[in-house]
Amino acid sequence: MDDVTTGEPLIVLDAVNKWFGPLHVLDDVSLSVGRGEVVVVIGPSGSGKSTLCRTINRLEPINSGTITFDGQPLPAEGKPLAKLRSEVGMVFQSFNLFAHKTILENVTLGPIKVRKEKPTAARERGLALLDRVGIANQADKFPAQLSGGQQQRAAIARALAMQPKAMLFDEPTSALDPEMVGEVLDVMTSLASDGMTMVVVTHEMGFARHAANRVIFMADGQLVEDAPPAEFFANPRSERARDFLSKILTH
Amino acid sequence: MNVLIDKFDVFAGGFWLTLQICILAAIGALVLGAIVAVLRISPVPPLRALGTGYVNVFRNMPLTVVMFFAAFGLPALGSNADFLRIPVLDSLFTRLGTDLPYFRFALIALVLYTAAFVCEALRSGVNAVPAGQAEAARSLGLTFGQNLRYVVLPQSWKASIVPLGSVIIAMIKNSALAGFFGVAGDLSATADQLTGAEGYAFVPVAIGISIGYLIMTVPLGALLDRIEKRQAVAR
Repeated sequence: MDDVTTGEPLIVLDAVNKWFGPLHVLDDVSLSVGRGEVVVVIGPSGSGKSTLCRTINRLEPINSGTITFDGQPLPAEGKPLAKLRSEVGMVFQSFNLFAHKTILENVTLGPIKVRKEKPTAARERGLALLDRVGIANQADKFPAQLSGGQQQRAAIARALAMQPKAMLFDEPTSALDPEMVGEVLDVMTSLASDGMTMVVVTHEMGFARHAANRVIFMADGQLVEDAPPAEFFANPRSERARDFLSKILTH
Repeated sequence: MNVLIDKFDVFAGGFWLTLQICILAAIGALVLGAIVAVLRISPVPPLRALGTGYVNVFRNMPLTVVMFFAAFGLPALGSNADFLRIPVLDSLFTRLGTDLPYFRFALIALVLYTAAFVCEALRSGVNAVPAGQAEAARSLGLTFGQNLRYVVLPQSWKASIVPLGSVIIAMIKNSALAGFFGVAGDLSATADQLTGAEGYAFVPVAIGISIGYLIMTVPLGALLDRIEKRQAVAR
């Protein structure tokens, strides 16, 4: 895929540090993500990639450094932070669909309560989004009645319903049975080709190869490599990345 | 066993008085318990300490001692708990408005004691909602209040109902103590009256009293089982 970025970057992390107690989970991380760019973050577990993803909408506060989104530094708390979060879609490993609401209610809650859209209009748009991710016929069911793959697609539709400027994916397929990984990746691939700005933490190397503009490799809280996927997979520069790839690609 | 038939009106009167205590105490304990629960989960440390202190005191003190404090401590402080003579309510629950304050004292003790357990039942419900639910709500841009109202509380309520019901059942049984603290004529005091003053055999009287309590507690337990089953289906 060619470089699709235009103008100033949408997400900029500058010298970000974070500690969990004595553990230095993000060690001086700097990264910028352009509009329409798809950045895939990979690395061994415990390398800080999920934390990196969660700092971008401040689900994890940082200890030092700056993060700007769409030219604005992340607000510390309160209404401005809520507004920022409404512009950044987030998809979790464990789906986190609201268990007491139907799939359609899950998708329309944000638009109705945060964006103050009319319920009828929100429902109409919600159904269109569910149709787009292929589960329109599940709209009136509760999350527990759906398969993992269907739940994750519903969670993607819920995030898209806010018409976000960027989407964060925190290991979206790691909790899925193998036969359901494909259906979720298909939705993500189609989003990517529609020009959505995406930061994707994943272990799906196939997705990284064909959908990413850039691959970020993290280890021990540090951003070790940042390269186009073809280059990264053919020619990893660092010893750690070579070691990581040899472990996951030999099976 | 003739006593059950001959003295049916005494049993029925005791049942009605106990039911009144329980209805009022349940309402009071639910309201006070909810307030204490909000204190205990509030982000403000002094409020949290206040809620925790309350629970530590009233959950760990025997109800008998709380009753003693209410029945002897309040008069010593010069209070007849007259604030409970609530105008409309005291025409329905007549003992609220009488000059003898023991019904009100027993009610206060039962409410203070039970509220600590209500608080913990509500709080366990909030803790039972997975952290990911609130996180997803935050990531959509819902504010703290919207998050509680639309996502966390509707789910915590479901997880609270069953432990809350157990607390209320325990409270109904605990209300039997009221009869020993001056509340004449409740279901437990009926035993004293019939066996002591009127000389009936104890066992049939005790059976009659037990039936009275079971009429209140068993249907409540059955209702809780139904709610629990319905929740299992919805989940």
